[in-house]
Amino acid sequence: MKALLVCEYRDGKLLESSYELFAFADKLNAEKVALVIGNEASVPTFGGKVYLADVSKYGEYNPDAHKKLVLEVVNKENPDLVILVHTSYGWDLAPRVAAALKAAQVSEVVGVVDGGFEVSCLNGKMRRIVSPKTDKKVITIQSGAFTPQSPLSGTPEVVKLDLTLESGNVEFVGYEVAEKTGVDLTKAEIIVSAGRGVGKKDNMPLVEALAKALGGEVGATRPVVDAGWLEQSRQVGITGQTVSPKLYIACGISGAVQHIAGMKKSDFVVAINKDKDAPIGEVADVLVVADVIQFLPALTEKLQK
Amino acid sequence: MKILVCIKQIPDMESKFKINAEGDWFNETDVSFWMNEYDEYAVEQSIQLKEQLGNEPDVTVLSIGPDRVVESIKKALAMGCDRGVHVKDDEAYRKDPFQIASIIYEFAKDKNFDIIFTGMQSQDRGSAQVGVLLAEMLGYSCVTTVVNFAYDNGVINAKRELEGGIKSVVKTKTPAVITCQLGLNTPRYPTLPNIMKAKKKELITLNVSDLLKQEAVEKTEKFYYPEKKGVGMVIEGDLAAMVDQLISVLKEKTTVVK
Repeated sequence: MKALLVCEYRDGKLLESSYELFAFADKLNAEKVALVIGNEASVPTFGGKVYLADVSKYGEYNPDAHKKLVLEVVNKENPDLVILVHTSYGWDLAPRVAAALKAAQVSEVVGVVDGGFEVSCLNGKMRRIVSPKTDKKVITIQSGAFTPQSPLSGTPEVVKLDLTLESGNVEFVGYEVAEKTGVDLTKAEIIVSAGRGVGKKDNMPLVEALAKALGGEVGATRPVVDAGWLEQSRQVGITGQTVSPKLYIACGISGAVQHIAGMKKSDFVVAINKDKDAPIGEVADVLVVADVIQFLPALTEKLQK
Repeated sequence: MKILVCIKQIPDMESKFKINAEGDWFNETDVSFWMNEYDEYAVEQSIQLKEQLGNEPDVTVLSIGPDRVVESIKKALAMGCDRGVHVKDDEAYRKDPFQIASIIYEFAKDKNFDIIFTGMQSQDRGSAQVGVLLAEMLGYSCVTTVVNFAYDNGVINAKRELEGGIKSVVKTKTPAVITCQLGLNTPRYPTLPNIMKAKKKELITLNVSDLLKQEAVEKTEKFYYPEKKGVGMVIEGDLAAMVDQLISVLKEKTTVVK
């Protein structure tokens, strides 16, 4: 089996998550070929063939060009699998490649089992084993699910790709970085975070009061920030901050993978949730099965005594 | 201008899911369904665009599934879409993303939609494939994971959400497929008069067998509960007792609560 690993390059460098592609291919015992649309300095230290396309020519985000570059390597190498990380880059590019190859795509794979790929569904409550039926298959892997066991080593055999392509139909204008205002949650020792289970903005003082009683900071999940209950700078998760406090209290947080990725390195996690099966339980040291609206004031009051 | 919005109906994620007899999805008994949250943003954006252009655009909302999905189509009509299309399919849960995209393609291919809005993924399966596949099949441009959308005279300026608080600013032209990320806008609640008005709007029912030209490219081999790993202590019962128990655990196991 041969796998083409499509690395991700952003803002002048190869993203660390690209190494997870190698870890995943190793799990499959697949022969590996990589594609980097970047520069010479960004070629991974991998003792195999790496196709390199000059990012200054094609752009960091140019889905039509990137699709054609992937297809060019597919043409040359005839891989069985094309693998990307399930990020804003991978989930955007993978289906374009799958459509062109008329290949089945399995998204956000978390494991490999006999006869198929394991994926999570229904907000992490259930799993599926999906078997793609086409000869070529496109796979995106969940970010963080396949950690490299050891750093890559070796001297890559670099093959330069140079295609003349028409300009694509999506034009990249630039990046926009959020202003660093507000709090730096990465330095907090205690974070009390609110999820949608808090119910409404009027209930946020219950979370704030507990944070205050403990001397901690308030955090939140993405839906809470989107709803305008709390400012964006306090968002924990993939699209917010990645935190590792000594104590993390998740209030009414179901535990979407995007949130868990941002807080799973906390030393001690307490989850307060009325749904005993909520996926947050997977990363919690203590799960309190209760309605946050009743539990938070009772806990705060007791702590203040 | 012609706009298409593609929506999916998804189950309440807080349900206790029971595995069906075939072992490939869950049993729908006692499960509530509603519109995929990402798709609510798609519906809202289509209506905002219609309003921006003086109500000229014609907005069609489409959903594939059993009869229950008509409820979600009706909600979209009450939010402001003009016409509903129900592609009736009692086994939609068995279709893979390639098939779903192909069904929508068969419906849309000769209708010259200028913009197609849909959610960037569904909350139940989350493959994030259908919108992009549909765009590729139609030969439309596609911008995914959109958190900011502006339209002017055939040109779309959008912001895509990347990881770690970064956005990328992109520009494209119609015809285009836009996949919507959470937070793109504030989906409106249908008002009672609009719910009444929606009852009179056109609702077309199509049979999936007339639109399905693509055989399955993948199969669910197994559907199961994840192995519970690392679940720590569970505290439940009387409120005051739970509070006391949690505080004593925190004092014992952490250094930050004294």
